[in-house]
Amino acid sequence: MNHYSENWLLKVEGLTKIYGKSNVRSIENTGPLFDSNICPETGAIIACADINFELFPGEVLGIVGESGSGKSTIVKMLYFDMEHSAGCVSFHRAPYIGKNILNESNQSKRAIRNHLMGMVYQNPRDGLNFKFTSGGNIAEKLIMAGNYHVGTIREKATHLLEKTEVPVLRLDDLPAHFSGGMQQRVQISKAIANHPPLLFLDEVTTGLDVSVQAKVLDLIRELQQELGIAMMVVSHDLSVIRMLTDRTLVMKNGRIVEQGLTDQILQDPQHPYTQLLVSSIL
Amino acid sequence: MGYFAVKGGADAIENSLALLDFYRLKEASSPLEINQIVSQLRIAVGKIMSEGSLYAPEYAAIAIKQAEGDLLEAAFIIRAFRTTLERRFVSETLNTREMFVRRKISASFREIPGGQILGPSMDYSQRILDVKKAIETKESIADLLKAFEGKIDKENLAEITFHDKVIDILNKDGLLQKADQKEDRRLLDITREAIRFPAPRSARLQMMARAETGALMSMGYSSMRGFGSVHPTVGELRYGMVPVRIKDPRGRIRYIGSIEVTEAEMITETKKTNEAGVALFSIGYGLCFGQNDTKVICMGILDTTLRNPDPSLPANDQEFVLYHSEGIEAMGFTNHLKLPHYVTFQSSLHNVREAVERNK
Amino acid sequence: MIEQNKFATQYRFAFIDEATKREIRRKLLKAIAIPGYQVPYSSPEMPIARGWGTGGLHVTLAIIGPNDIFKIIDQGSDASVNACNLRNFVHTMTGVETTLDTQKATIIQTRHRITEEVLKANQIFVYQVPQPEPLRSVERYENKTRQMHGEADYAKMWVSLYEQYVRHGDIMLGAGYPVKVNDRYIMAPSPIPRWDIPNLHNSEAIHLFGAGREKRLYAVPPYTKVAPLEFEDVKFHIEDFKGKPCFRTGYKKAFLDELYYDDGSKHYVINDSNFLDKLVNKETPIQHENAYLNKLPHESL
Repeated sequence: MNHYSENWLLKVEGLTKIYGKSNVRSIENTGPLFDSNICPETGAIIACADINFELFPGEVLGIVGESGSGKSTIVKMLYFDMEHSAGCVSFHRAPYIGKNILNESNQSKRAIRNHLMGMVYQNPRDGLNFKFTSGGNIAEKLIMAGNYHVGTIREKATHLLEKTEVPVLRLDDLPAHFSGGMQQRVQISKAIANHPPLLFLDEVTTGLDVSVQAKVLDLIRELQQELGIAMMVVSHDLSVIRMLTDRTLVMKNGRIVEQGLTDQILQDPQHPYTQLLVSSIL
Repeated sequence: MGYFAVKGGADAIENSLALLDFYRLKEASSPLEINQIVSQLRIAVGKIMSEGSLYAPEYAAIAIKQAEGDLLEAAFIIRAFRTTLERRFVSETLNTREMFVRRKISASFREIPGGQILGPSMDYSQRILDVKKAIETKESIADLLKAFEGKIDKENLAEITFHDKVIDILNKDGLLQKADQKEDRRLLDITREAIRFPAPRSARLQMMARAETGALMSMGYSSMRGFGSVHPTVGELRYGMVPVRIKDPRGRIRYIGSIEVTEAEMITETKKTNEAGVALFSIGYGLCFGQNDTKVICMGILDTTLRNPDPSLPANDQEFVLYHSEGIEAMGFTNHLKLPHYVTFQSSLHNVREAVERNK
Repeated sequence: MIEQNKFATQYRFAFIDEATKREIRRKLLKAIAIPGYQVPYSSPEMPIARGWGTGGLHVTLAIIGPNDIFKIIDQGSDASVNACNLRNFVHTMTGVETTLDTQKATIIQTRHRITEEVLKANQIFVYQVPQPEPLRSVERYENKTRQMHGEADYAKMWVSLYEQYVRHGDIMLGAGYPVKVNDRYIMAPSPIPRWDIPNLHNSEAIHLFGAGREKRLYAVPPYTKVAPLEFEDVKFHIEDFKGKPCFRTGYKKAFLDELYYDDGSKHYVINDSNFLDKLVNKETPIQHENAYLNKLPHESL
């Protein structure tokens, strides 16, 4: 990975999300130093503020923090599931070079989500349409990318299910009948169907049995190595972060308190909060 | 060979219409008079005016007679008639505080300004079938009216007064939630344009004012039984005559008559808090022509639920409530299934037969 | 009290008031300018029930003039009860000449069929539409379908077709098969059988669609591309009557009705009543030609 400053795939600057009415002091009066997200004057909630980072091609970036830290909020905004309050996000892919993708039209955003991003949610119901078969869910992505040949669609979907170790016989079954782990695998198939350069994984193993978790994490790691996709992995669980990521952002009360190579952060955490997190790994 | 949906269409229609008249009249000893319907079927006339969206008691009565008492048909007839009429004015906003009150009750307070006035209501009557109604005569009617008037002391009539509304009390004490400034406050006219969703409140209230009473009732009921989020109280329900005014071409405000309306203000606790963090009361509003408690109460319930959209609750789903409570459209479309569909069906037949072939 | 002469209401030409007629015409022009796009309109109530043709009537009454010749069919037949009722209404409200002859008519209003006889440049074809929204089966909210059309986000529709193929081996849509118009909007052609769908494409006539109850107008102008939704390897096809002949004319190349008689026998007859009459009278009406007709197996023609 080259970390030359202009080689990034995704660059995030000043990303901020505020609920309610804020004033000019809201941001400076909240955060880890105050142990609070709530503006003392207006009651506004600063879910996250002044988020700056870069993601490089093929790199896995972790975001760790407890609930309320703002980690999921960041990913929701990047995937356009939520409106931003402020900030600029640049994606180094034509035709979006030099633009703030947060301000693009709905149609552009849909195109970005179809072709350049994949998302795997904690709850499979958020990422899959339970009225469609697992093949149908993957087909949706392929059709949005311009595939209108049923034979080819089924071939590609089969291939993706194989890759994610879902039995191919389940191509025409409804995900409602699958186990939690299998539903996540189908979500992963769907998310990588169009070979996006960037994949978001939002607490994807939280809620799964521990043994199932391990298998899904293994799968994600293998896929990443094979396909070279850049990933953003959100988790409250440091062991997930340790297993998957190259670099990590540590979040508290909506701010990044520490960022760096995952190994370094785990061995030699600098910020008191990071130290607290690391010391509590079982 | 029985009735073909194909040949002799025009003859069949003519005969069908003749049969309608025949069935209506074959036992008639004397024609139903329009003024009898207007005066003795007052509630039905009110319902037709409300759902037909036209305040014209005599025309409503004609429609009821024409439809042989089918109130869905009668409302339809009035709606269709309404389309032919020219709109010459838009009235000034009605002020229901000017109502000549015939009935005024509140469930939220024991005593209210002006008192609780039951007025003409079935609420506390016992629904025992009154067979004496079958033997009313002109004389018995005259006697009843004479006895009633005999109880009124014409020398000492009470003064006509107008009273504050219950919501004025809540407002004065700062207990009412202020209108949401971000709410869509456009005044649309649903008879002049197709409404797109989400619809502004003006359109929602207009649609409900013309909606079929039973449909609104079932949605309001569902809301109270757990398919909705609201348990309201009747803040105030009023029925009476309200003056209608228009601006003449010289800009002067002129009184053109009074109309019967029923109005309800339903009070609910909201989940939204104000700046101080307090959850105040909000008002759900209902208004319609004629005397119709059920309709305005349910309108008030639904006015509140529709302001809190929630896809899991049918009564909180704008498109569900408003599309499906429109009586004329609902009746038309459900009944259109009677029209021949044999070509449409033929298409399906082909598909299914081929599917059977494929699976052999 | 109402007096006798209060009721002597004179109906104006074509029943609907002039302002509304003008609104409908303007909206129709917009619809023609954007083929396949649903234009909302006021849709005033008519003396005919909603769901029984008010939209078609709105269009007809807005465009009809005293010199037009009007034809109306229901499921292909001029004699159908509802067609008779509507014909009577239009004639009473306009005094316009009515006809059963497809070729003679200048305005043809239809419920759920296109005529077998070809339509010409001087003709306007008006459809009665029960459900104008082709995406309604995959998305119940008007709010969302409007956005889907605006963004040409039709993925859900395509996936539902894929799912039908997976479940049944073919796309199981019958009448009212969705089409893409002018390579932009997916449109509901009203519940016409598959047989008729190809005749929308590149037609000489103007096709106007009125959905009264749902309050939408849309149009396909002449010489417009209209393509049924199909996959590259799962193609659209029309109904195949497998060589069954019309029992009155022996003709095979038309949409046929199945008739069941009291004695248990089954017969087929040409559905389009005027086309049938012409063939019975040994006339030679010119039929619509299209690529899908030519793809039928030889015995079916």
